[in-house]
Amino acid sequence: MSTHAAAHHDAHHDEHHDTGRNTVFGFWIYLMTDCILFASFFATYAVLFMNTAGGASGSEIFDLKLVAGGTAALLLSSITFGFAMISAYKQNKSGTLFWLAVTFLFGAVFIGLEIYEFNHLIHAGHGPSESAFLTAFFSLVGLHGLHVTAGLIWLIILFIEVSKSGLGNQQLTRLSCLSLFWHFLDIVWICVFTVVYLMGAM
Amino acid sequence: MSFLGKLSWDALPYDPIVIGTLTVVAIGGAFLFALITKMKKWGWLWREWLTSVDHKRLGIMYIILAFVMLIRGFADAIMMRTQLALATNGSEGYLPPDHYDQIFTAHGVIMIIFVAMPFMTGLMNLIVPLQIGARDVAFPFLNNLSFWLAVSGALLVNISLGLGEFAKTGWVAYPPLSGLEFSPGVGVDYYIWALQISGLGTTLTGVNFLVTVLKMRTPGMKLMQMPIFTWTCTWANVLIVASFPILTAALAMLTLDRYLDFHFFTNDAGGNAMMYINLFWAWGHPEVYILVLPAFGIFSEVVSTFTGKRLFGYKSMVYASGAISILGFIVWLHHFFTMGSSASVNAFFGIMTMIIAIPTGVKLFNWLFTMYKGRIRMEVPMLWTIGFIIIFSIGGMTGVLLAVPGADYVLHNSLFLIAHFHNTIIGGAVFGYFAGFTFWFSKAMGFHLDPKWGRVSFWCWTIGFLMAFMPLYVLGFLGMTRRLNHTDNPDWNIWLYIAAAGAFVIAIGIAAQFIQLFVAFRDRNKNKDTTGDPWNGHTLEWSLASPPQFYNFAKLPHVEDIDAFTDMKEKGTAYQRHAKYEPIHMPSNTNAGPIMGALATAFGFAFVWHIWWLVAASFVGLIVAFIARSYASGKDYYVQPDEVARIENEHLDNVAKG
Repeated sequence: MSTHAAAHHDAHHDEHHDTGRNTVFGFWIYLMTDCILFASFFATYAVLFMNTAGGASGSEIFDLKLVAGGTAALLLSSITFGFAMISAYKQNKSGTLFWLAVTFLFGAVFIGLEIYEFNHLIHAGHGPSESAFLTAFFSLVGLHGLHVTAGLIWLIILFIEVSKSGLGNQQLTRLSCLSLFWHFLDIVWICVFTVVYLMGAM
Repeated sequence: MSFLGKLSWDALPYDPIVIGTLTVVAIGGAFLFALITKMKKWGWLWREWLTSVDHKRLGIMYIILAFVMLIRGFADAIMMRTQLALATNGSEGYLPPDHYDQIFTAHGVIMIIFVAMPFMTGLMNLIVPLQIGARDVAFPFLNNLSFWLAVSGALLVNISLGLGEFAKTGWVAYPPLSGLEFSPGVGVDYYIWALQISGLGTTLTGVNFLVTVLKMRTPGMKLMQMPIFTWTCTWANVLIVASFPILTAALAMLTLDRYLDFHFFTNDAGGNAMMYINLFWAWGHPEVYILVLPAFGIFSEVVSTFTGKRLFGYKSMVYASGAISILGFIVWLHHFFTMGSSASVNAFFGIMTMIIAIPTGVKLFNWLFTMYKGRIRMEVPMLWTIGFIIIFSIGGMTGVLLAVPGADYVLHNSLFLIAHFHNTIIGGAVFGYFAGFTFWFSKAMGFHLDPKWGRVSFWCWTIGFLMAFMPLYVLGFLGMTRRLNHTDNPDWNIWLYIAAAGAFVIAIGIAAQFIQLFVAFRDRNKNKDTTGDPWNGHTLEWSLASPPQFYNFAKLPHVEDIDAFTDMKEKGTAYQRHAKYEPIHMPSNTNAGPIMGALATAFGFAFVWHIWWLVAASFVGLIVAFIARSYASGKDYYVQPDEVARIENEHLDNVAKG
């Protein structure tokens, strides 16, 4: 089987570019554009975070325990996504689906906690309209939250695809892209957690 | 909340000039519609062009978009010049400030985003895959989607002419002027969504072409063997990928300020308008290099082809482009020297700006040394190149003048600045696109442009340009600031008259270009490009038929030299007949691109007018369409070897006949 595949591949060597690898590489470049998008919001946060305009500052409103819970959920979800990828490369469909589901749950917990935090702040009168600080805070954290939400929707779609079609090349390529996306958001969150919450609470 | 949000009968225009324009557009549109219907071409148009994922056809459609929008942007220009020529000595002219402000904003946005960008992207689409021996770009569907997002943005700008208004803020839309407090109308919203949607398309184009160039070069072609136009486009794509997200961020923040009462850039609650200006130019300055670097590549191709020599200093050209790209990111503050930075910050950005002149100078000398002792053929692309070298050098030197912060304090916001950047953008980027347009026209269409009208166009553009913009330097020194609606200084009048006359000479130049196209189409059977290599070209695109086979390369060529095709012609390996071909894997056309473009237009339009149900519906539609496309079947097919052989032999027979 493998020799046959190799011979076939050889005959077509100038014919078939490896589209799966192109897709992952292209997605990686897209992530770098996303990185610059986040960088712009970080820069804006850095410029505006002192401008509380007489309203609340970070140390007054941040609930670090809550955020620590969300952070733990998101970091764990990255590990479980890693497990999903290991299962996928072993062509272990049920394992992949199981770990994708666990990843989804952790991601949903993270988003749930973020929605709770935002809702709580707005009801306490500290909405994004209060000051430039809160404007920048809600935008930066919310931008990350929107990304994670998009990732969750994507997870559902891929869950269905893998359960229907198994783990072919296309599914592995798409899982690789989502995996990159998910870990990227984790790294961004570590920066958010440090710059916004830890430095803000000090 | 009404069903149509803020949209009501009040949105319809009342200005007779606007009504007249719309009437002309409506008649023209109806005529075009009737013509296509009568010729029964709708199905063909949809199947073969609008849904095409072929980079060559997308390239042609981008260039058509650029020409259509050029008419619009130039109409704005000539209105401004006539207004300023008339509105002197106490007269107020014919354009009230309310309308005039929209015109200069629309002119800037259209010329940069919807003329120069599509023109550049179109040429890149057309040529880059051919130059690197690829069958298409890395993501053909995404390429189609990018195009439709650009169209979507252009549509929004044009809809604003008939429904509501456009921004009155200048093309940079600085807050707090562009904030809700001072711009409560829909103009800035049209601006935001037109730029946001087309900007997304540009980002996708950048990603697409970087993967194409890095992963899909033909066997043997090393990075430092890529044709120079491909190299400069690659640098432009690096800049796109690195800078367009900053624009996305800045516009998103302005959106939040305007729609949800956020305080990024407001005067109250701790907002900081300077942050917008920094972000805008952190995109905006790289953007001008995105426009001009591919033009530099075109001049390089043209100079080496029409002197019959190898490009002088290929490596230094590549590195100079890279240096320009990197330096282009650390000069943005020179756009606002006067806006409160310290002297040392201004000095840093001033010096960085001056340093950019060095790699640019390297390029100029490379072109001159390529021409030195060459047998120059003065074809139309070469004319544009010579015109560029002279005009762009003037623009570069006035740029270095403006880079001196002390001088900038005197000249900033004056017509000197306007003259400077038109000098570089028209003389640099636009002349480059015109050179590329005439250079590659026969490659794209299969027949030649008419050189006589090409020459007329060149001379009218050049003379008109000098007449229209050299007086602006004088006016700048005389103290005239930009964006004035009317003036009252007798010393300025003569220069304003000359500038207006210059605009009309440029108008003749544009008309000559359309005549040139008309003549070329009329005589297309007489002017066929049968060999595919009319200029004795150096690079792989000339090894193909004109227009190229839809699969580009029947067999991927093996490249051993920078001037790959010249190398093949010298070694006698060009135009090889192959006994046997492999099946070719091709992407199928898809209607997902135009559908998503239409949904994006609806999305932007709904946001402009606060039609929330339509915002939600079109957003969900976009996501569903994207997912549906991901799971669609029949996305590709194979071209069979006998068909490839038939097409290839036909081309080779034509070449043999000459």
